[in-house]
Amino acid sequence: MGVEGIGARVVRKEDKRFITGKGRYVDDIKLLGMTYAHFIRSPHAHAKVKKIDASAALKLPGVVAVLTGQELVDDKVGNLICGWAITSKDGSPMKMGAWPAMAPETVRFVGQAVAVVIADSKNLARDAAEAVVVDYEELPVVADVRAAIKAGAPQLHPEAPGNQVYDWVIGDEAATDAAFAKAANVVKMDLTNNRLAPNPMEPRSAVASYDTAEEHFTLYTTSQNPHVARLVLSAFYNIAPEHKLRVIAPDVGGGFGSKIYIYPEEMVALWASKKTGRPVKWTSDRTEAFLTDAHGRDHVTHAEMAFDANNKITGLKVKTYANFGAYMSLFSSAVPTYLYATLLSGQYNIPQIHAEVIGVYTNTTPVDAYRGAGRPEASYLVERMMETAARQLNVDPAALRKNNFITQFPHQTPVIMAYDTGDFNASLDAAMKAIDYAGFPARKAKAKADGKLRGIGLSCYIEACGIAPSKAVGSLGAGVGLWESAEVRVNPVGTIEVLTGSHSHGQGHETVFAQLISDRLGIPISQVSIVHGDTDKVQFGMGTYGSRSAAVGLTAILKAVEKVETKAKKIAAHALEASEADIVIENGEFKVTGTDKAIALPMVALAAYTAHNLPDGMEPGLKESAFYDPSNFTFPAGTYICELEVDPGTGKTSFVNFVAADDFGRLINPMIVEGQVHGGLVQGIGQALLEHAMYDANGQPVTASFMDYAMPRADDVPSFNLSHTTTLCPGNPLGIKGCGEAGAIGASAAVINAITDAIGKNNLEMPATPDRVWRTIHAA
Amino acid sequence: MSTVKLTVNGRAVSVDVEDRTLLVHLLRDHLNLTGTHVGCDTSQCGACVVHMDGRAVKSCTMLAGQADGANVTTIEGIAKGDELHPMQAAFRDNHGLQCGYCTPGMIMSAIDIVQRHGGELDESTVRQELEGNICRCTGYHNIVKAVLDAAGRMKVSQAAE
Repeated sequence: MGVEGIGARVVRKEDKRFITGKGRYVDDIKLLGMTYAHFIRSPHAHAKVKKIDASAALKLPGVVAVLTGQELVDDKVGNLICGWAITSKDGSPMKMGAWPAMAPETVRFVGQAVAVVIADSKNLARDAAEAVVVDYEELPVVADVRAAIKAGAPQLHPEAPGNQVYDWVIGDEAATDAAFAKAANVVKMDLTNNRLAPNPMEPRSAVASYDTAEEHFTLYTTSQNPHVARLVLSAFYNIAPEHKLRVIAPDVGGGFGSKIYIYPEEMVALWASKKTGRPVKWTSDRTEAFLTDAHGRDHVTHAEMAFDANNKITGLKVKTYANFGAYMSLFSSAVPTYLYATLLSGQYNIPQIHAEVIGVYTNTTPVDAYRGAGRPEASYLVERMMETAARQLNVDPAALRKNNFITQFPHQTPVIMAYDTGDFNASLDAAMKAIDYAGFPARKAKAKADGKLRGIGLSCYIEACGIAPSKAVGSLGAGVGLWESAEVRVNPVGTIEVLTGSHSHGQGHETVFAQLISDRLGIPISQVSIVHGDTDKVQFGMGTYGSRSAAVGLTAILKAVEKVETKAKKIAAHALEASEADIVIENGEFKVTGTDKAIALPMVALAAYTAHNLPDGMEPGLKESAFYDPSNFTFPAGTYICELEVDPGTGKTSFVNFVAADDFGRLINPMIVEGQVHGGLVQGIGQALLEHAMYDANGQPVTASFMDYAMPRADDVPSFNLSHTTTLCPGNPLGIKGCGEAGAIGASAAVINAITDAIGKNNLEMPATPDRVWRTIHAA
Repeated sequence: MSTVKLTVNGRAVSVDVEDRTLLVHLLRDHLNLTGTHVGCDTSQCGACVVHMDGRAVKSCTMLAGQADGANVTTIEGIAKGDELHPMQAAFRDNHGLQCGYCTPGMIMSAIDIVQRHGGELDESTVRQELEGNICRCTGYHNIVKAVLDAAGRMKVSQAAE
């Protein structure tokens, strides 16, 4: 390992601009002649749009236009799409209701746009929006997933009778039933996975402009995947052909999944920039973010787990109702199916699993992938079941897990996934040691003497990351391949630009990706630039989500740099009059092995570009590109253990200790990995204790600002005790598994298992607010 | 419209703004100081924190007119040329930031916290004092470390002056 190579704790190259206020986010961008968009949004959860009267607004000074959903239809702008086709158990395709970017006829959730005002300033646009009169005819509302599936419930889409998107199954039902018939013990639970608002701190924003002479659009947008945005805007929304549309995602202030999707506002900004002939900026305020950013989770589940007389799991049955909100967002259909039910085996040898997932429309904000996406719901279910089973079977929860761990790899689960490697005992042992699991009973007794209820909770999570092998996801209904691309350009002076289709919105790619180059070519990371987030600069890429940027994106860079090395070695061998096979790369020099003959990288690069003396037939230049398509998912796994105290008088929870032992395969920059885990853990703790995106019976959101929705704050959460156990991923040459989502996937079960241990009751829903915990303690 | 005269990062400025203009918009839209961010519109998240007359304030919760005659320092004004403020350096060295969006407000609040508490800072105090600054990326672990680290650095640099 070099001082800045793989495994080094290098401080981030990108930090200087962020700590000095020089970050460049979309809302910081100003274009000449720029106008501002303000959307007029439905105050009703379900209504007919009868009439939109903009006449008074259009008379106000500074108002450029008021555009409506009907004009989008007239201009043949396409509806929003869902890019993953799911088939129901009866063989029918999923039932999609049409989702226009602005509703011409019917609104189906509070906040759905019906029109947009374009004006010379933000304030003028806002004022004019007040003057637009929209006549609505209210329709019956259904906001709750349980209510939506009842006979006679209000219907959202004519395309989806019974509000049902799909009824999807996985696993062998008959074999699972047979396992239950023979079970010595069965554990049953009803579980709710609470709806969350992703809330990256930077609200979404778009700046769109149209060049009439070139018939060319430019869109600056808060995107995790600008190329995918361009593809969708071009191929499905008819904005412009791809070569006439440039999408730039500059510094992006967090995503967590919510900035994967191509939302109505970005699309309308582009369309309006052509219609008005002026650049258009739209920036979400926080309440708009709560209303329109895709939410996460929102499952209602019944699960049963069968055990034999030796406390070995013999089967798992799961039935989940997944709330999709009012429309199917871009990847929503895959989240409660292929990203959820395929992980229901957890870390355990479970011979038979059967899961049924019913996707349901309600009059709420659309739901899609949020950090972890399906895998937190699966992990929460399995780990709540394991803890509850241990209590019911009267065995130690760690021992029950060890009794059922998968220990042989590769391991084919009954739900598609083939785990490639892991050591689940190692991470559980590391976490138990870190928290002094053996000493817990004494600590609990001491706490009891102080009037506190102390609990300990385990969560042994597994996830499928490195998304994803294209052929596999294609066979499961994905509309795209999930490879990644890269280009490595060595400049004539030996500095390097790396172009990547991954996108950094906090993950530190500018540092981590440069560390690989430093490791391979021996040059300082200061001589490497990472170029990303601009469709004019990078040819194509699938973006960043699903803990894929290191496992997939960095492997693409490795493939490209290997090609660079091959050509550079040929040039060096020619210059040094040696055999290519004898050239080795050490500390930035190409050396003839076993001699002191060497040529430095800049001289090789210069030779490539002067082309005065290259091997016969070699093209000048030193630049290579690669596409990398993974052969399998990766399987990060680990154990989280939470120890906490509950005050029985108030129901308030206080953390005592929180330990994490993760297996992410090879770490490129441990400092950045730890930061990813910290952030994920707090999102998981936020789900467990604080966060819940709620609606009343009329579909009115009651948590639409930070005054109502409890974001985790510094004094709500503890510091963490992290460690790593390592099995290298055999699926990619660097052995990387990915670390971006683990914390959010594993943490919530550990917290709830600890609270339920403390209070001695198994049934406790998230978020476990003091009120809810107090009521649970004191319930009969 | 009103004319607001104030000093921003040591420079006297005079800006004509609509009466309803917030201080954060005067900074961002009129002075192009885009390091100060808007994250919530309700005084909760602290992405907009600047210093006014030596005190941390949420610039999304003040009218620009309320800053008339004041001395305002933003994230762009705390380094001395190329020399970072100890709090900026501590955030970088402790990986106290990821996406960077909350960072300017965090740093401005943190400087204020250290100044108010002097050397008497511990983890629990820092966590309580950061209650008005929300970060979605870091889980606060490394932010707390950075503030405690910077508290030590600021004490040393004060002692040296």
